[in-house]
This record gives sequence, structure tokens and C-alpha cells, in this order.
Amino acid sequence: MSLPVEDEKIIQHVPAEFSDEKESIKITGFWMFLVTDVLIFASLFSSYAVFKNQVAQGPSASQLFTLGPVILETLLLLTSSFTIGLAIYAMRKENKRALMFWLILTLLLGAGFVTAEVHDFVTFVSAGATWHKSAFLSGFYILVGTHGAHVTFGIIWAATLLFQVARRGLTAVTTRKLFTFSLYWHFLDIVWIFIFTFVYLNGKIV
Amino acid sequence: MPSFVMYLVHTLFPHDVLRPTELGADVMIIATGVIIFYVLTKQKKWLYLWREWLTTVDHKKIGIMYLIAALAMLFRGGVDALMLRTNLALPSTPVIDALEYNQVFTTHGTIMIFFMAMPFIFALFNVAVPLMIGARDVAFPRINAMSFWLFAFGALLLNISFVIGGSPDAGWTAYPPYTGPMFNPGPGENYFFLSLLIAGIGTTMTGINFLVTVLRMRAPGMTLMKMPMFIWSALTTSALIIFAFPPLTVALAMSLFDRIFGSSFFTLGHGGLAMMYVNLFWLFGHPEVYIVVLPVFGIFSEVVATFSQKALFGYSVMVISIVSIMVLAYGTWVHHFFTMGAGPGVNAFFGLSTMLIAIPTGVKIFNWIFTMWGGRIQMTVAMLYQMAFIPTFVIGGATGILLATVPADYQLHNTYFLIAHFHNVLIGGTLFGLLSGLYYWWPKMFGHKLDERQGKWAFWLFFWGFWITFGPQYLLGLKGMTRRIYTYPAGFGWHTLNVISTLGAFVMGAAFVILVYNIIYSLQHGEKDLTGDPWNGRTLEWAIPSPAPEYNFARIPVVHERDAWWDMKQKGQTLAAMRPEDMRTLELPKNTPIPFLLGFAFFVVGFGMTFEWWYIVALGAIGVVATLIYSGFDYDEHKHIAAEEVLEIEAGLGRVQG
Repeated sequence: MSLPVEDEKIIQHVPAEFSDEKESIKITGFWMFLVTDVLIFASLFSSYAVFKNQVAQGPSASQLFTLGPVILETLLLLTSSFTIGLAIYAMRKENKRALMFWLILTLLLGAGFVTAEVHDFVTFVSAGATWHKSAFLSGFYILVGTHGAHVTFGIIWAATLLFQVARRGLTAVTTRKLFTFSLYWHFLDIVWIFIFTFVYLNGKIV
Repeated sequence: MPSFVMYLVHTLFPHDVLRPTELGADVMIIATGVIIFYVLTKQKKWLYLWREWLTTVDHKKIGIMYLIAALAMLFRGGVDALMLRTNLALPSTPVIDALEYNQVFTTHGTIMIFFMAMPFIFALFNVAVPLMIGARDVAFPRINAMSFWLFAFGALLLNISFVIGGSPDAGWTAYPPYTGPMFNPGPGENYFFLSLLIAGIGTTMTGINFLVTVLRMRAPGMTLMKMPMFIWSALTTSALIIFAFPPLTVALAMSLFDRIFGSSFFTLGHGGLAMMYVNLFWLFGHPEVYIVVLPVFGIFSEVVATFSQKALFGYSVMVISIVSIMVLAYGTWVHHFFTMGAGPGVNAFFGLSTMLIAIPTGVKIFNWIFTMWGGRIQMTVAMLYQMAFIPTFVIGGATGILLATVPADYQLHNTYFLIAHFHNVLIGGTLFGLLSGLYYWWPKMFGHKLDERQGKWAFWLFFWGFWITFGPQYLLGLKGMTRRIYTYPAGFGWHTLNVISTLGAFVMGAAFVILVYNIIYSLQHGEKDLTGDPWNGRTLEWAIPSPAPEYNFARIPVVHERDAWWDMKQKGQTLAAMRPEDMRTLELPKNTPIPFLLGFAFFVVGFGMTFEWWYIVALGAIGVVATLIYSGFDYDEHKHIAAEEVLEIEAGLGRVQG
């Protein structure tokens, strides 16, 4: 009787976050999670497109938006996408101090983004543009708000990662967590580019 | 203080949960609770329950918990169905009033789809998928447990609506503007949206989990085209879940916000567009019907090959057709509302795309028949369901083509013809398939077969009960009887057919009782499965003992052919002849209370939000965040089973040489 088995293989010569089979599978899983998140935003974008002209008695997109704060938010978030890239670069170089520095900078930029966005929303609401006013405003707040909530969640998540890295150093597990966080952060940046283009620019110019 | 108590009593127990049926249910629930509490305390099983089940991350145990939940929900949904049918058999003296009827058909549909069919499918996925691909667990065992507990607490939230606060009553599709706060005050629809949102998060995670499991965890040598068909169905179903649930989440969240946060997505005023909900809902809803039917195609592909003792006919064509069904499923959602009036161009497109699905499905039907052709067929219960499925599903599919014909749909829309059609595919397809899978994999789950004789009784009652119930409903639809009516005037010629239909429903009820008796009877008297391969199976799950040890495979087998276990048997190979030096130390996921606590925290959020009690919502939200953060800092995810211990277990199972 022969046994139809062989020894289980170990992956080598890959970045730390892929070095452990179980952790590497989690990265695949995170990509699949991002697919579901893309679809959440796709549903929200298409709803927004449908609701866009349903302004009822409320303001229209071009009456409501001011591009100044939006451009500031865009700059903050795009810069943070660059700094998280640098953080992962430092992680690959196994430079924990540089990694922590860039990660903290990313979070501060993210926090700046959220603050500017909340300020923007408060301005709109205090001018009477609540989401009760029209389907357009409902679609706008839920789309941009879901993105903002994602950024806020990301900040909390990365803050917990900072503690884990400080305590445990750069292991297969912590590097995997940092790597998935960077995927998440870049993803939010891409979504913002679409929001900036299709919601704000399109709303202001067209 | 007394006014606060009065407020609580009035909110939690308004008059519509104080009807005799609800009070009867209260008594039953309390009595069952007391009995369970007494038995657990008496037998000192609380700790066992917590350690072995509530905190487990073992896919086999999670599968069994899904199964128990699904059978309980089948009971609840079935009782709902009997209440509806009883009312329609007695139109002059309705047993339940219009409001209660609306609530009952809403919970019937919601429970059967989301809390019966889906968990039943996940039960079989959990039990069979890792074993069939030669894996020790799913890709993310902890997330698997979270999925289960989110589902379970979501189901609990919907079910308590019956006795606390009032049930939803807008149908399982919950179309606005009827679900808006203006027309539908009270907690009912909040329960609906929140329970589906919570369970939906779990379902999405299950989709991701099984997709990654199939893509990354297969045994060496098992290429995509060597996977069993059930694994293909798990892969395509997971992909459907990943693509279908996000639009549902968005639609439910928008409806909920319209209700409790005053947004204007689907309202009548303020520019809201109710049809946007309908589009988003069916963008999910149509893939959903394939989510519940593709796994069944997979089950039947395994069952028919095993019990014909022949390889599946036309494997690669089966793969192509299941993948094309998956893709086509996204392009047909408008056929649920042809009467919206999108115009002939749009309707023609969706009518044609719907009919197109009949082609790959027809291919599959022929392949199953050709698999049986020339095979040595064993008429087990699992095989009987397969044999009944083919004609039943073909008729259900054919009436679907009739409904896809747009001009005919304008006539048949929302009649009992539609009701008969979708029950024809959901019972004749999904339920028959799930029961077939239940009988087929039961030995792998519990180590004994279900009694075949009783199983055949239940089968024939299900089969004839089904046709007696839904055959007349086609005719009723053609006679113009519309769905969702609680009574009807005499003289329409509907009464006789309704009485026949109701009799059929009770026959199916009897079949369910026999099924449950069979399960209980077989726990004691079922034929023990000592070989691990009771059916002379073809796939890897039958290569290991029944029930499978915690680690499934002491050593992961190498796969060379399709139907890997059959191939090994032909070559005289076995996994049951290990030597002590073959053993390795195994890494397994470790039990954790996090998934259970997370589910509970979500339940608290859901319950609080249903009644808009924000302190309770805040409490639950803190629980959710705290659990997630705790989970992030918990690095103690794995445990090890030493080689010696594996050897001991395998030797105990008689699977070690010498």
C-alpha cells in the first residue's frame, strides 16, 4: 500500500508579508474584501448618478459645492497615499523607525482629510442642505460619507497597528497587517479620485 | 417611573403581538427555553456547550450549527406556510386577519430564503468543501465563525419580531414607499432591514472565505479542472455572493436611513425614486436565486456520479455551463419588474437574457441524465431526490421561460402562476438538492447513515406534497388569482384548487415531521459508518474516517486525477495505512469567543436601532469596536497537535499500519 502524500511546502524568497502561507492567504482574502467594497461604492456611485438631478426644493450640485476645501482634501489624501507607499518601502527595508514615522504622518494627513470633510458637511448642513431636503443630497451624503467613514475606520485600524508593530516588531503577521492596510488606504484614494471627478468637478462644471 | 414601564410595555408588546397565535408562540418559546436550560444545567453541559460549540472555529462543527439553525428555520418558515395555506382554504372564515397574513408571508419568504436556504447551503459548504479539496480547514476559520454568529444573531433578530414589537409586513422584497415611516410605522421593517444587514455582513464574509479556500487551499495536484463539481459550485456561488450582496447592503441601508434618519432616497416627496430600490434589490435578488441553486447543481453532480458509479458525464461542459450561468445571472434582474414600463427595448433584452440561461441549464440536465445512462444506479434517498429533481426542475424552468416572455409576463405578473414557478424551482431545485446533500453527507457529519426506509417515506411525501400544493397554483394563476391576498370572494372558481393546494402543503408538513423523526431515530439506530466511505464515494471526503477527526487529514494527499479518491482506490492506494514516521505535527486554528461576542454585540446594535434606543445602540457599538480591537491584538490564533497525538488518534481509528 503506498501513501499518496508528500511533504507540505514552505514558500521562500518573498517579502515578509508573503513569507507565511497562512498570512499570504489572508492577503488574497483582503483583495476579495476590496472587491466587495468596490461594489459597495459602485452601487453608491450609480445611485448618486440616478439621484443627481432629483434636487426637489434643495440646492443643486453647482449651487452647493465650493471647490476650495475639496482641493485641500484631495491634496491631503493623495499625499497620504504617497506616504503610506513610503511606509511600506521602509517596511520592506526592515526599517521600523522610518515605517512608524511615515505611518504616523499618513494618519495625520488622513485625520486632516476627515476634519476638512466634516467641516465641509457641517457648513452644508448649517446652510440648510440636509439629506432630508432631496434625493440628490441623500445620494451625495451617503456616497461621500461612506468614503469618509472608511477613512475614519482606517485611521483607527492603523493606530492599533502602530501599537502592534511597536510591541512585536516586523514579523510575518505584522507586515501582512501593514500591507493589507496599505492596500486599503490606496483603495480609498482611488475612490476619492472618482468622487472628486464625478461628484465635485462634474457637479461644479457641467 | 411607571410611565416608563408603560412605555416599554406598549413599545415591546403592542396589540399585534398579543394575538392568540403570538401568545401561543410565547408560551412555546418560554417552555422550550426552560426545557433547554433545565437539561443543560442538569447534565452540566453549559461549559461543554461554550467550549465545544459556541467558541469553535472548526468548519465541521460550524457546518453542523448551520444545519441545526437551517432545520429550525425550515420549521418556522413551514409553519408560516401552513398558516397562509389554511387561510386560503377557508376564504369565508379567515383564520388570520389581513395584517397578520401580511406579516406571515413576509417572514415566510424572508426566513426561507435568507435563514433557511442560505445557511443550509453554508452547512454543506462547511462540511464538505475543505474535506473535498483535501484541506485542514477553510482559509479563515475565525471569520468563518464570525459569519455563522452574524447569521445566527441576524436570524434571532428577525424571529423575535414575531413576539416583541411586531413583524415586518412588506414582503420579503420590502419595496418602498410602503416601507417608509409614513406608511409603515413601528419596529417591524426596522427588524427586517437590520437583521438582513447583520446576516448579510456574515454572508459576504462567507463568500470571500470559500472563494479563497477554493482558490488557495486545494491539495497539491488538484488543478481547477480536477476539482469535484461541488467545489466548482462553491467557487461560482462565492463569486455570486461577493458580487450580489453589496448592492443589497446599499439598498437595505438606504431604506433604513429613510426610516430612522430622515433621508430621502426612496420617499415619495423630495425627489426620492422608489424604483431605484427595486433595481438595487433585484441586482442582488436575481444572482441570489443562483446563489441558492448553483450549490444544488454541485450536490446533484456528486450524488448522480456516486450512485451511478460512473464519472460525471461531460465534466468540462458542466464547468463551462456553471460558469456561464454565473455570468448570465447578473444580466437578468429587470425580468422581476417588466411591468415597471422600461420600454420594449429594455424588456426585450432582459427577456432574451433570461431565456439564454435555459441553455447552460439544459446542458446540465442532459449531462446528469447521461451520467445515469449505463450506470449501476443505486436508489438511495439522495439519488431519489436527484431523480425527482430533474423533471420537477425542468417544468419549473419551462414555466420560467413563459414568465420571461414579456407580453405573457404582463398577464402573469404577481399571480399564483409566478408563485408556483418560483416554488417549483426553489423546492424542486434547492430544497430537494439540499435534502439530497443532507442524506449524502450525513454519515460524514455524524458517523452514521440516516434511516433509508423512513427517508423514502419522507421523500415521497415531499415529492407528491410538492406537486399537490403547487400544481393547482399554476391553474389558479391562469385563473387570475393574485399573490399576497388573505381571502377572496366566493364564485371566482378558486376555492377547490386552493383546498387541494392546502392539502398538499400539509402533506409536505408531514414529510418534514418524518424527516425530523428520522434524524432523531437514526441518532440511536442509524447504520454506523465504520469505513468512512459508506457510499463507495469518488471524492476525497470519503478517504477519511466518519466523522472526520479535528485535523481532517493526518497527511494531505496528492491528487492526480479528477475524482481523486476513486482514482486512489483503483490504484490500490489508501489514506488508512499510515506509519508512525508518516505523522507530522499539525497547526490548527484555536477556539475563540470573539466571533460569538461580535455577533452578540451586533445583535445589541440591531435591537437598539430597531426601537431607536440610542443608548443601547451605543452600548452595542462599543461592544463591536472593542471585540474587533481585541481580535486585532490577539496573536494566539493557532494551536498545535503533536505528531504523537495524531498517531494516537489515527491508531484509535484503526488507520495505522501494524
